[in-house]
Amino acid sequence: MLLTCTDVRKTFGAAVVLDGLDLSVDEHEVVALIGASGSGKSTLLRCVNLLAEVDDGTIELDGEEITNPKINPDLVRRKIGLVFQSYNLFPHMTVLDNITLSPVKVHGRPPAEAKAQAMEWLSRVGLADKADSYPDRLSGGQQQRAAIIRALVNSPRLLLLDEVTSALDPELVGEVLTMIRDLKGDGVTMILATHEMGFARQVADRVAFLDRGKVLEQGPPAQVLGDPVEARTRQFLARIIEAGRL
Amino acid sequence: MTEDSLTVHHPSELQLGRIAYRRGKAIRSVLVAALSTAVVGTLLVVLITGAPGWQRVKTSFLDVTIARKYLPAILEGFWLNVRLFVVCAAGALLLGLIASVLRTLRGPVFFPVRALATIYTYSFRGLPLIITIYLFAFGIPGLRLQGTPDVTVLGGAAITITYGSYIAEVLRAGIESVHPSQMAAARSLGLSYRQSMRHVVLPQAVRRASPALLNDVVSMQKDVGLISLAGPIDAIRAAQIASAESANFTPYLVAGVLFVLFALPLIGVTDFVTLRAARRQNAGT
Repeated sequence: MLLTCTDVRKTFGAAVVLDGLDLSVDEHEVVALIGASGSGKSTLLRCVNLLAEVDDGTIELDGEEITNPKINPDLVRRKIGLVFQSYNLFPHMTVLDNITLSPVKVHGRPPAEAKAQAMEWLSRVGLADKADSYPDRLSGGQQQRAAIIRALVNSPRLLLLDEVTSALDPELVGEVLTMIRDLKGDGVTMILATHEMGFARQVADRVAFLDRGKVLEQGPPAQVLGDPVEARTRQFLARIIEAGRL
Repeated sequence: MTEDSLTVHHPSELQLGRIAYRRGKAIRSVLVAALSTAVVGTLLVVLITGAPGWQRVKTSFLDVTIARKYLPAILEGFWLNVRLFVVCAAGALLLGLIASVLRTLRGPVFFPVRALATIYTYSFRGLPLIITIYLFAFGIPGLRLQGTPDVTVLGGAAITITYGSYIAEVLRAGIESVHPSQMAAARSLGLSYRQSMRHVVLPQAVRRASPALLNDVVSMQKDVGLISLAGPIDAIRAAQIASAESANFTPYLVAGVLFVLFALPLIGVTDFVTLRAARRQNAGT
């Protein structure tokens, strides 16, 4: 297993967000996290990236317990990429500088080499002409694709995608989803929290339904989304269908 | 849209009418502005030159021969103000940067530095600059320590430390205005707290704080004149000496004009930066 979360608990004051959650992810696997707002999808991703501290339980990456407080979080984060719902590109840097910041400053790669690699990625997703632009000159879809590249250039063991299409206009969602589909083809291990059920069905190897801080049900997309076992999963999917999102 | 704009467009009758109407209105506004300026200007001149004491004020404040006679001495003093300003501004910016970063450090280890930085910004923003200059320029030499620098350096240090505390607070506000998600994004890329501050948070903070920062620098530009209280002969002290010699206030006016002239480019830059910042903010994303 690449990632194993065991009995993870996370509270914010009186609110229990993760309540003994178990989840494991295999290498090259794509796991889609679905569930209502507040079911703990984003919190789980933040815990895995150590941006949030767990209140109990363990998370292991490559067999190493990363929730151990003695571990240096910076070293763990080098192995994990995170893409945010609101892109979070650095507005004072060009797209290229956004992407090469971590390779150069954290991984000590020669700037020329990091730049060449970034350009390769940008050309691959059709953004080469935006390399020297500042993020506010890009559309949401372009910004998000640049943010995905930024999280990817260090070849992380695991890529976390936190509702990466939720802030996008509907006609821009496609370009980001296409990119993620390509990454799956490259064998990138991903956990994606998403509201795009149709996309989860297409790209995920496994769908996990989060409810009340636990993984209530998980399995192949066709089963979880098409023929759920749990009543609460059915209720959730019924609401999604009602809203016209499936 | 770009293809549409390539076709030649002839404005309609209606649009031509609008253009003519707007042009007429613009001409009228210019005329009204010119007229009201002339009226206000004339009134001011009449009011001041018609005042009963105008002749006396004119001879004691606006004596051209006295101005010409003492200008070189005042200019020489002003050179001290200029040099002092450059050194103090650089020092205060550096000091402010350090204090503001120290105040944002988290973790119990940093409690003493955080507390010190807080005490510093609170006390020196409250303490009148004049008193700080007196304390530094006359208090420190009073200790009779070996190697005490001269009063110009001590007075300059007082100005630097006082303005450093203002600048620290402006920068801290700038740091705190950068959304936490920027820090999260930086940390998620493996950057350490220090690297995130240096490459991601501080550059944005300084940009956002730059109008307020420049405003402090403009304000400092005139406050370097307070160095005269410590004794060295700067523009104001030179004017005071000239004024005592000539029994006339004109030298003060000369020094004042020099300060204004020196401030003008800085004020211009400040206005430009503020305008640009506002425009960028309104552009929004």
